[in-house]
Formats: sequence, C-alpha cells, structure tokens
Amino acid sequence: MERAGTPQNRISAREMGIVACTRCTKAAPLGTDICPRCGHALVSRDALSLQRVWAFWIVGLMCYIPANIYPMLRTQTLFQVDESTIIGGAVELAQYGNWGIAFIILFASVAIPIGKFWAIAYLALSIKRPVEGSNHRRMLVFEVVEYIGRWSMIDIFVVAILSALVQLKTLASINPGVASIFFALSVIFTMLSAQAFDPRLIWDAQAKSGGTRTT
Amino acid sequence: MKDAAPTLADLSLDDLIVCPTCDAVHRLHKPRAGERAICGTCHKVLIAPRTNAGLHIIAVAVAILILIIGAATFPFLEIDTAGNKNAVSILDAALAFSGGFMIFLSLATAALIIFIPLLRALLTLYVLVPLVLDRAPARHAIRAFRLSEALRPWSMAEIFAIGCAVALVKITDLATVTFGPAFWMFGILVVLVIAKDNFMCKWSVWNALEHPKTG
Repeated sequence: MERAGTPQNRISAREMGIVACTRCTKAAPLGTDICPRCGHALVSRDALSLQRVWAFWIVGLMCYIPANIYPMLRTQTLFQVDESTIIGGAVELAQYGNWGIAFIILFASVAIPIGKFWAIAYLALSIKRPVEGSNHRRMLVFEVVEYIGRWSMIDIFVVAILSALVQLKTLASINPGVASIFFALSVIFTMLSAQAFDPRLIWDAQAKSGGTRTT
Repeated sequence: MKDAAPTLADLSLDDLIVCPTCDAVHRLHKPRAGERAICGTCHKVLIAPRTNAGLHIIAVAVAILILIIGAATFPFLEIDTAGNKNAVSILDAALAFSGGFMIFLSLATAALIIFIPLLRALLTLYVLVPLVLDRAPARHAIRAFRLSEALRPWSMAEIFAIGCAVALVKITDLATVTFGPAFWMFGILVVLVIAKDNFMCKWSVWNALEHPKTG
C-alpha cells in the first residue's frame, strides 16, 4: 500500500472544518455536537482535556502513596501474623529464592505504575512546550501507556486469589490489606487519565512548529 | 489513497474517513477482505475487514458466554494441605475483599473479571446477530455497540488469568493445588476474548449499522 500522508502534508480534519468522531471515524461539519452515526459526543479539540488528564493523574499519584505504605497482604500462620507491603512482600519472596515472582510483582506494581506517571506527565507537558522526541515516539509512548496500564491490576487479582484460596482455618490464612483498595484506585485513575488524553493534540503541536521534527 | 487538499474538500463527508488518533483526513477506500486500511500519518489500522467475520465473531461470543457462566459457577481451584481443604470459585476470589469499605473492591473485581466481559459478549451478540442475518439492526444497536467499545479497556479477564498463574506459583511449594473445571474454562475464555477483540473490524460494524442491508 502506498505510504501517503507523511506528517508534512497531513490535512487535519480541524483545518478542513470537519470534526471526526473518535469512536466510529465518521466526519461531520465542525460545530456538530453529536456524531450522526454513533451518537458519541463530538469534540474537535477539548481545551479542558489536559486539565482532566492532570486531575486524574494527581489523584492516582495520591492513591499510590498509601498503597505502598499500608500492608497489602496479611498472612496468618499458626503462631504469627505477618503483614507485608507490596515492595516488602516482593523483597521477602526474593529472599526465599522466588526471583521470578518477585520480579513480576515489582514490575507490575512498581515499575509500571511509576512508568505510567512519568509517561503521562511527559505527554501532557509535551503538548505545551516543545520537547525532544518525534511524534511517532510520543504516539508510541501513548499507545504503550494505554495498553500496559491495565496490567497493573494483576497485583490486586493475585491478592484476591490468595485471600480466597488460603483460608485454612488455623493453619494458615491470607487476607487482603488496606493498601489493596488504594492501589486499585491508583490504577483506575491512571487509566482514566490516559483515556482523557487526546492524542490528536500531539500531532497538532508538531504541525504548529513547522513540521520539521520527524523520525 | 490521498489527494491534495482542494480535491479532498470537494468530496462529500460520506467519502471521508478521519483517523481518530491524529485527525488526518483521508479519502475513504474500502479495502477487500484480508487487506487493511491504515492511516497515512500515524499508521493506525482504520479498516480491516475479513470474510465471514460476522459469523465467526458470533460463534466466539456465544462460546464466551457459555464459558463465563461455567467458569463463574464451577470450582476454580482447590488447595489441600495437612488435611485442610478449601475449594474456591472465581466469584469467591472476586469477593475475597470483604469487611468494611473493601466491599467496593470486591464488586469492582467481580465486575472487571466477570460482568464486564459478560456484558461485552452479550452486547456483541445483540449488535451482530441482526446484521449477519441481513435484517434491520436491533433497536439501540448503536448505543449497545458504543457501550461495548467503551468498556473494552475495562475487561480484565486475561489479566486475572495471569494473576492466577502468579498466585499459584507463589503457593505451590506450600500446599497442593488442584485445578477445577472452571480453571480450564477460564483459560479458553481468555484466548477467545483476545481473538474476538482482534478479529472484529469496528469500522465495518459501524458501516453496516449505518447502511443496513434489509430485505
């Protein structure tokens, strides 16, 4: 298929006086409120979208701090009660030799969320001021954030399975800690933050700067 | 295919397709089955029709429905150690967060793992069955399809599956864990959900909803 429409000669819908539906890609004249095909709200460029992105981002970050301070898992064996946080639990696993699981937990519960905070902040800031990095790279960052964000929920599900399964009366029982609800909220809010981000703004910013930044 | 600006502006809105990620306008050219239409600027896949996709997706959606109901009711995992046994179903795992305000997390987990994938499968059937039978689209089909697409990132059945694997590796040294029938059902379910999401061409469904082949 011929590769037409390089960034330099991209015609944006906004320039042509059209607004596109982000759900079903149908074009409608600028100023229409609702997509004639699918009923989704039509917004050419939302000036408030960045505010929403930051608002959700801040709440997500605020929830992430108690998620790491409070205990995530409460293990009760015959004689002792053990409360471990996310990072503490992973470190313990590593000490017991379970390197693989410890790595997965650290990756999904620490690396991914922190990476998401950084990536969304980078994208949101890049709209307002010029930064290093081409549009394609920023598009890639956005797609990765959108895709990978959900996977942080894996820790919540691990806690759920363990808590449900290991209920062996006095011998051993595992219960979820308070951190789990904060962590779930953090994941949900960062997902909402990434969804609130309008990727079309990335391409607009490049067009304004003269279209010289590619690769 | 892409033309220079004056020619694009002459086309009617029905002949245009606008990329939802970068807002670039293209002339609509429907590819044949097995081909794909991608955005010239950001290379996002816009249209990807396949032969008999409707029938295949309906079959997969029905299978997903049966598997979800089965997986939710049959026992999922059973742990056995030193004479103590405990069998859990997926619903038990979702409802493991109990006590005070964590009940919200239980409901959220049950929704993310079971109810949202279930709802999406039902909505897909509601929308596709009349279309495949060449009848008029069902009432509210447009809203149903929009809802199904909006819920897509919140369907986390496959993340739960990986979470189970992680949890199992964690406790497999401590006790014997046996897999119930729901476990295998859920595994197949996850594969089918991923297949259904990747197989369906959203644009083709919107097009069929807008221009139904009645009679």
